[in-house]
Amino acid sequence: MEGTSAFEIIGPKMIGPSSSHTAGALKIAQMACKLVEGNIKNVHFILYGSFARTYKGHGTDKALLAGILGFETDDIRIREAYRYIGESGISYAFEADYAEQEIHPNTVDIIITGNEEQTTKIRGVSVGGGKAVIMGINGADIRLTNEYNMVFTTQEDVPGVVTHITGCFAKAAVNIAFMSLFRKEKGVLAYTVIEVDGIIPHSVLDNIRDCEHIINAVMIC
Amino acid sequence: MNFTNAEKLLNLCDEKHLSIAEVMLQREMELSDKEQTELLDEMEKTFAVMKNAVRGAIENPQKSMGGLIGGEAKKLTIHREAGKSVCGSCLSKAIAYAMGTLEVNASMGLIVAAVTAGSSGILPGVLLSIQEEEQIEDARIVMALYNAAAIGYIVSHNATVAGAEGGCQAEVGTASAMAASSLTELMGGTPRQCFSAAGTALTNLMGLICDPIAGLVELPCQSRNGMGAANAIICAEAALAGIEQKIPFDEIVAAMKKVGNSMPCEWRETALGGIAATPMAKKLEKQIFNDSVNEAQP
Repeated sequence: MEGTSAFEIIGPKMIGPSSSHTAGALKIAQMACKLVEGNIKNVHFILYGSFARTYKGHGTDKALLAGILGFETDDIRIREAYRYIGESGISYAFEADYAEQEIHPNTVDIIITGNEEQTTKIRGVSVGGGKAVIMGINGADIRLTNEYNMVFTTQEDVPGVVTHITGCFAKAAVNIAFMSLFRKEKGVLAYTVIEVDGIIPHSVLDNIRDCEHIINAVMIC
Repeated sequence: MNFTNAEKLLNLCDEKHLSIAEVMLQREMELSDKEQTELLDEMEKTFAVMKNAVRGAIENPQKSMGGLIGGEAKKLTIHREAGKSVCGSCLSKAIAYAMGTLEVNASMGLIVAAVTAGSSGILPGVLLSIQEEEQIEDARIVMALYNAAAIGYIVSHNATVAGAEGGCQAEVGTASAMAASSLTELMGGTPRQCFSAAGTALTNLMGLICDPIAGLVELPCQSRNGMGAANAIICAEAALAGIEQKIPFDEIVAAMKKVGNSMPCEWRETALGGIAATPMAKKLEKQIFNDSVNEAQP
């Protein structure tokens, strides 16, 4: 808090009306897209809690679509997000789930279908002040923020994969700041989040992918 | 050069013979490792966004997403320009610009969250009005924004600026205190006079709850931004006249935090209390969300 910038107090510059329901929602969709490799064919949003109740009044729907399109939170095109998503050829659907109560009030599930019909289900929460956290992927609990540059991998849950991943960072002389492992059940799929202070060279990603147990590796900067 | 409360900031101002804005700017240079000119340019861009929002509200009014507001800044401007203002040009403009910024925010336009999106009208309202009235160049307004940032930083560090945590007093109260202090410095006030104005602004709004109709940042948020701007001008006027706030700013911030902590959740942005819970507000809420449910069906 002692390091709070003047531009966090007089700022951010953002499209209204709400940092949590508009800017934060956009951030969730933006991060969700970055977790998925390849082109997107369809997005299906399931909104919960306050998101479900008030999404239209806050433009949460437009913000989510804008995030899929990669717009930033101060992009005036957010207002016309329906037009831009139409032009992009990505199909979409919104669903409001009023029944689920035991959940953070600003939660959305995004089911992303790629060109080869592969689907990824990502759960995001807007935690306030425009900040977003990815809380789940394909049913596994994870925790991912966009405060650091990071690599996100999906791998088979077998011995040696984590050593392989950290080895790729060591080889490139990149220091790991934080690292977390997640899985839904033993021996099936596991996910790794590796956050670093500096820049991640592309060679790290290529080397990580060069392993039969790695299913997917993406970089989020 | 850092500080965590008003007392420490005032000591720095005394020691170094600097204004609040100058201390805040130096602090930012140290924190960000950026040159002074770069930081001044960045704040000027921020001010340009504020100006654009106000111009947009008056020249091209938009209905808000929830449909509860839109066109109020233009109405106020027409009223003033017809020579009918009851409160004079400076105050009338401040109110119009503050309320206009909230219209832009509520219709998905570009604004500067200062201190939040819901209180984003107050600072541009006050600063743009005084700029026009006194013909002040942008460079001085940019410094006034650094002054405001110092006040906002102190409140967010020691209490909260989120309506969901501390009620409207935390959002509009803080933004009003920021505007009061920046206006005081702009008009030649000392750092102590700035905190006197800021402290009175926060005191005047203490206890104000956050009760948005239908949970949307529209009403009563818009008129409360107008009120926050007016309150800032009143408090700056008093401080510049030599009326001293008896309670130290840091003690006022602590009191505001305590009041926020004792507010039930109904008064903290949940739309379950205050104006949001009136029968008419409930009716409006139903209309807004029924429309949205119908429109969401393909």
